[in-house]
Amino acid sequence: MSTDSFTVVPHAAASAAVTPARSVAIRRRPVLTTLGVLSLLSVVVAIGLGPVGVAPDVVLQIIGHHTVGFPEVQTWPDTHDAIIWEVRLPRVLLGAIVGAALGVVGVALQAVVRNPLAEPYILGVSSGASTGAAAAILFGIGAGLGPESVSVMAFLGSLGALALMLALARSGGRISPSRMLVAGVAVSYLLSATTSLLILFADTSEGARAVMFWLLGSLVNADWSTLPIGYAGIGTGIAIVYWWRRRLDLLALGDDTALAAGVDPGRTRLVLIVVVALCVGCAVSLSGGIGFVGLAVPHIARRFVGPVHRHLVPAAAAVGALVLVWADVAARMVLQPRELPIGVVTGVLGAPVLVALVRKLPHHT
Amino acid sequence: MIAASGIELRLGAVDVLSGVDLSSRPGQVVGLIGPNGSGKSTLLRCLYGILRADRGAVLVDDTTIESLSRRTIARSISLVEQCAPVDGIGISVGEFVLLGRHVHRGDHQGFTADDHRIALDALDRVGVSEFAHRGLHEISGGERQRVVIARCLAQRSPMMLLDEPTNHLDIRFQHEILDLVRSLGLTTIVVLHDLNLANRYCDHLVLLDRGRVVRAGGPDEVLQPGVLEPVYGIEVRRVADGDDVHMAFGRSTQLVGARSSG
Repeated sequence: MSTDSFTVVPHAAASAAVTPARSVAIRRRPVLTTLGVLSLLSVVVAIGLGPVGVAPDVVLQIIGHHTVGFPEVQTWPDTHDAIIWEVRLPRVLLGAIVGAALGVVGVALQAVVRNPLAEPYILGVSSGASTGAAAAILFGIGAGLGPESVSVMAFLGSLGALALMLALARSGGRISPSRMLVAGVAVSYLLSATTSLLILFADTSEGARAVMFWLLGSLVNADWSTLPIGYAGIGTGIAIVYWWRRRLDLLALGDDTALAAGVDPGRTRLVLIVVVALCVGCAVSLSGGIGFVGLAVPHIARRFVGPVHRHLVPAAAAVGALVLVWADVAARMVLQPRELPIGVVTGVLGAPVLVALVRKLPHHT
Repeated sequence: MIAASGIELRLGAVDVLSGVDLSSRPGQVVGLIGPNGSGKSTLLRCLYGILRADRGAVLVDDTTIESLSRRTIARSISLVEQCAPVDGIGISVGEFVLLGRHVHRGDHQGFTADDHRIALDALDRVGVSEFAHRGLHEISGGERQRVVIARCLAQRSPMMLLDEPTNHLDIRFQHEILDLVRSLGLTTIVVLHDLNLANRYCDHLVLLDRGRVVRAGGPDEVLQPGVLEPVYGIEVRRVADGDDVHMAFGRSTQLVGARSSG
């Protein structure tokens, strides 16, 4: 199989696609439907898994009881009810939306900067979120912002990082992919150093551990109060990226091709960067910095549905949700009763995927 | 119709274009020729509104290009970009050609059955419809250039700009591509390096040197040794071959001059 600097449609995916005669496009609906169904099933099954196991049918009954009032009568223990409704459901739902966000943002960024190694954290936004969270955890800054002050401070931090990155990367109202990458890396280093400095100054091992846990990413803090905000913010971001799916195809093919098709690449790129950065800000504020998902998921999704973004964006959302939901199951099951930060699980699973991808790149890149 | 008058453009400290005028007639193939760095591609980018001239105006159907949106420009003019995407992303030929229909569809709209038919017609017209489901990276350079032209045809724009479309192509593909471009009957402006190709396929030529138009007119008028030699710095001969005329090139005239003066 030939490979090139980005990725190629695998033979398996290409031959599995149904292509009616006299159509120029390749249909991917069966694959997309399968991925969607698998994600939904995973959510139901994953909610039941953990130190206390609950069967999927009971999980559905508990969800039905709380949402539509059916079944009316509770036939399961109160502990199961509390574990499923109060703890696991919000946690799995958070994992699903954060995974979808990281997958879709990864896809968008790889097209926007035309680089197969682009991922959500190259924007420097997550480092900004970490600095904000560390300031809140260690020094109680922003405590007046309410019970979710850490998340709010993290989001404000990500906004600050985005503003800084754009200020550094912009030139004459335009943003070039290479300037953006350099600015993102610079902001990342600057804010990571700031976070380390905050940990050093705070000088409490407990605080440092709390920050470290946050930096590695976790879905432990999921609850019903923040979930709607996360779904609204991330959902809007994903919708905008999907709305501009053809512009992503064109940007990935090059600025001149975009111009030839009537798309202003500079403006499109700028809007997309702001949208995906806000998406990452939302995701990181709620779950910390979960690595590798945004890098590996786009490549996995391309294996299933090919490179065209009208298929790739929904596929990356589904695969991202699947990966994170199951990584979280592993995080709470592998060393139970101790729980691993989910970022450790995705890192351990993601590193071999990354190595496999690099090995498939042609020698000249 | 596309026209430019008094185009001036300065990039950094260099005057890239100085007072360039250009006009085209419906269905005419206009060739932009000149040595490296003479401003051919820059002029083409001004004509497409990618670069904005410091002075002068580009008119597309009598409207200044600055007042048109990118999408409106693309509906009037299609562009065969200089580096046909070698395509890092593994997109199929059919999907690539379909993207030419983007100019007629809102971002929220999917492609219709009509769009698919038009894309397929375009592939048929350039003779590569059997490649519709192959990857853009899996076909040869000449075939890829045809596919880019098919994408422009799917756009259904009445005018076409081409930036060195024969670059990196072998001699057979160079003629095939320009034969194809001529047969489309569109108002065309094409940047060419090869003067013999320009002679054979263009109705009108504009010779640029250091950002200025040295001569504009029919090929017989522009492709004369007295016009070309000072610009290219090389000996030029016109060789008659039946009804055809070929350009033949000899030693560098600078070298000749240097030797005779030494």
